[in-house]
Amino acid sequence: MFKTAEKRKKHINPMDIQSPGDRVVTVITYIVYAIFAFVCAYPFYYIIINSISANNLSERGRVLFWPMEIHFKNYSRMVSIPGLLQAAKISVLRTVVGTAFTVITAAFLGYMFTRDTLWKRKLWFRFVAVTMYVNAGIIPWVLSMRNLGLANNFWGYIFPMVVQPFYIILCKTYCESVPRELQDAAEIDGAGTLRVFTSIMLPVITPILATIAIFAAVNQWNSFQDNLLLITNRHDELDTLQYKLFQYISQANSLKALVSNTTNSNAVMAGLATAATATSIRMSVTVVVVLPVMLIYPFFQRFFTKGIMIGAVKG
Amino acid sequence: MSKKTRSYVEFLYILPFLILVALMSYYPLYGWIYAFHDYMPPKPISSETFVGLKWFQFIVSNPVRRADVWRVLVNTFAMSGISLAFSWFPMVFAVFLNEIRCKPYQKFVQTVTTLPNFISWVLVYSVAFNVLSSTGAVNTVLTGLGLIDKPIAFLNSKDHIWFKMWLWLTWKNAGWAAIMYLAAISAIDDQMIEAAKVDGATRMQIIWRITFPCLLPTYFVIVMLNLANFLSNGMEQYYVFQNNFNRKTIEVLDLYVYNYATQGRGNYPLSTAISMLKSIVSVVLLFVTNTVSRLVRGEGFV
Repeated sequence: MFKTAEKRKKHINPMDIQSPGDRVVTVITYIVYAIFAFVCAYPFYYIIINSISANNLSERGRVLFWPMEIHFKNYSRMVSIPGLLQAAKISVLRTVVGTAFTVITAAFLGYMFTRDTLWKRKLWFRFVAVTMYVNAGIIPWVLSMRNLGLANNFWGYIFPMVVQPFYIILCKTYCESVPRELQDAAEIDGAGTLRVFTSIMLPVITPILATIAIFAAVNQWNSFQDNLLLITNRHDELDTLQYKLFQYISQANSLKALVSNTTNSNAVMAGLATAATATSIRMSVTVVVVLPVMLIYPFFQRFFTKGIMIGAVKG
Repeated sequence: MSKKTRSYVEFLYILPFLILVALMSYYPLYGWIYAFHDYMPPKPISSETFVGLKWFQFIVSNPVRRADVWRVLVNTFAMSGISLAFSWFPMVFAVFLNEIRCKPYQKFVQTVTTLPNFISWVLVYSVAFNVLSSTGAVNTVLTGLGLIDKPIAFLNSKDHIWFKMWLWLTWKNAGWAAIMYLAAISAIDDQMIEAAKVDGATRMQIIWRITFPCLLPTYFVIVMLNLANFLSNGMEQYYVFQNNFNRKTIEVLDLYVYNYATQGRGNYPLSTAISMLKSIVSVVLLFVTNTVSRLVRGEGFV
């Protein structure tokens, strides 16, 4: 994955004779990393095998290493949970729309900020870049969004995320690396600013746009806080999958806390028991929410270094 | 089209985006005025509701409030402090991962440990809840081995919550943070390592004398960023993990502000006042750390 790692292979033969001390280090390293990998991977595996095992077994924590009495009823039953399909629709919609807006904006502004002809270019670039560091705080932000009519509104998921300085800087840097002659030639042929963007730059900068698209999409899909802050009408059609999942877990958790604390009235407990989602269904929902990320994961792994460099690039 | 007109036309192209930035990022700063008013939604603020610095004084003058803010600050500092104290962890993780000669194994470990970075905190909590609940994998195994008699309430307890939060943060982020160090390691000049080998250096000596010193500049930037974000450890992680058992010790500044504004009567002005103080301190911290970075490395990170 890293070029130099391969380069070094040429110099150092893996069969190099190791000192006893080195060998001990090697063995310990392999074991420690095996533990790390296990700790990171097993929870996902655990949830997947439990979601397809017999519910009475998974409910009692009997499913640990492999699925038992496999069935997929939990997944088909999920469709009938009220509001879940709607939440899935919202999650998909915000991911698609949000990513499109973010990527197009990053590409266009990144390109425009490289144009010397742009009036007060440096000033406007700073105007945008500074927002990376200035943050009003949660409550002033919520109040402002309410004033703008973005609370309890689908566009509240989209507009705050459209202009992202990180991505714009990334695009700008990429555009700067494209030979200027390319633009100049097109302009001599009579292409205007927008034409140069759509016909010349956009095709050239697609690699960086792909990187941005993936990070923006994962961000949108995972987003939970804006749902929590902006959607205040409960039983709302605008809740996302992340939010629904959180509701299921916290209901289950309060039920558990009540059971261990018997002073609470039975009525409350009964109410919660009906509201709480069964363990196996909850796990199935978790799998469904995690799955899109897991599925695209192998494809965007190669963008990692680029992505981490987003943070390293200076404006 | 003259050059001048063109430059204005280009400005018109970006104007809609600039307006959007103004509304989404600058307008909320204007929301700070709520801190100077007796604001009770839905009644809008006006000159009559203006109360000056009342809420700021309220933070320090009211003993209950003062104790609360103090408690929340301690939580924030403790959890940021633990993160800072262990900020070397991803670096060490990367250095030893790089030592693994079996490339498929190395790649496998890297892939698996990076995955948690791409799932949301809600999913992390779901994972934690399923694995650590009384019927979850961990309790089942521990009971099965006879190590414990009854299930441990890992999540519904206030014990070691700061450290637990650090563990979850590390579970989620360490693999991803290590990638940057891996990139830095691959940039180390091979000749240096070759020369050390010729001189008979062991692997531990190479790691200690070459790899770590080469990574220090990267590490320094990470520490500075950690310091700049000392007050802003976000609220999502703590929000999902909070419950009645751990609320007193898990509430960080951002979460406290949110809880205070949304629960019970809901005091927006006071929350805004605290938000505002936090933002100002954060900007100052950023400025200071950036200056330190500029003095030490010759360049800032902003």
